[in-house]
Amino acid sequence: MDWSEVVIDEVRPRTPRVASVFLRLQLAAQHAGQHLDLRLTAPDGYQAQRSYSIASAPGAARVELMVERLDDGEVSPWFHEAAQAGDALEARGPIGGHFVWQPADGGPLLLVGGGSGVVPLLAMLRLRHQAGRGLPTLLLYSARRHEELICADELAAMAGADPSLRLVFITTREPSRRPGDLDRRLDDVLLREALAGWGHAPAATFVCGATPFVEAIASGLRAAGIDASTIRTERYGGA
Amino acid sequence: MATRGFFGRRPATDVAKRLPPGQHLTDDFPVLSYGPTPDVPLADWRFTLHDGPRPLASWSWDEFNALPQTTWRGDIHCVTTWSKFDTEWQGVTVDDLLRAAGIAAPTPWVLARSFDDYDTNVPMADLANGQAMVATRFGGAPLAPEHGGPARLLVPHLYFWKSAKWVKGLRFTARDEAGFWELRGYHMRGDPWREQRYTNDP
Repeated sequence: MDWSEVVIDEVRPRTPRVASVFLRLQLAAQHAGQHLDLRLTAPDGYQAQRSYSIASAPGAARVELMVERLDDGEVSPWFHEAAQAGDALEARGPIGGHFVWQPADGGPLLLVGGGSGVVPLLAMLRLRHQAGRGLPTLLLYSARRHEELICADELAAMAGADPSLRLVFITTREPSRRPGDLDRRLDDVLLREALAGWGHAPAATFVCGATPFVEAIASGLRAAGIDASTIRTERYGGA
Repeated sequence: MATRGFFGRRPATDVAKRLPPGQHLTDDFPVLSYGPTPDVPLADWRFTLHDGPRPLASWSWDEFNALPQTTWRGDIHCVTTWSKFDTEWQGVTVDDLLRAAGIAAPTPWVLARSFDDYDTNVPMADLANGQAMVATRFGGAPLAPEHGGPARLLVPHLYFWKSAKWVKGLRFTARDEAGFWELRGYHMRGDPWREQRYTNDP
């Protein structure tokens, strides 16, 4: 797969640790849930490449990636400290043929995101908002604090405009602010209660987050009787 | 073309020469799996060699652990661009499995199959001559479930998706059949030194 030059259109902080990077790029064929590989080149020719999840829905006028700042990272600090509109880098993709969803796949759809693991789920929800409204969908989205919830207002607006989309924010270190939200770690009991409250049996489930989060959720979903073969996972870990 | 303001962290020469192109070193051991970690009780665990649909040999957990054990130390490389150095694995080499079964490889192609229905294709040429094992221990301890325990295939000279977690057997196939990720855009062989990440990479 070949690299091609892309230009940054905008860098927009989303939370204290996550920034959106908008690229002047339209993707010919993208599925919600995929990622893009980016490659940066130092003046001496040294290169570093990383994968970033695409937050924008297929067909968006510009591609939106989200980059979480890793304190000891080699690449992510550049996006937070140096990157600005007009900067060029290289990209290839979109990549990934498993952790993807399109409206024709149907539902009910269960999405569970931890921290920046919500990004590929956001692409699915944005696509659903354009082309799949009415499809019973539950998003369980966990972060430590409210300020760390990415695009919380946009998600709340989507759910406000579409009763078939149920949204539960989970803040593990701060009290919840909306009725129905949770402020404890999403353990097996809470997960079971959330599913019972939703009242649908998911036909497809996507879980994305750090490894311990995904392990706990996937095991809790199986304990709640969800067929393991319908659960797709993506894990963030390492630099 | 340099990226304005990017200087990177060029690794030391001794690290750089061990890193395949496009890889970077991590001290973590990140996890990548396409679905939930399966629960594989040792009482139910079996490892089976098949020629197509036909079983050739099969071992229970105790029988498997009585086979000759080999330790391998070295570097592993994930297609998502992390590499981890100086890992230590213990298990049974594919050579010793064939020897214990009393057979030679019936075909040049293998599909490694897992308890979660994952599979990945590896040519026999990449499994023979001490290049691959079915590993049951990592860093001196039983292999943790999220890293593929009770047992995973270890083919360290290829990208790590070829090292199938929760492996339950090897199936010899008449041709090179694509496995799970190979059907979803990833390379049929996956040599990190040739940077064979995606389907159309050279």
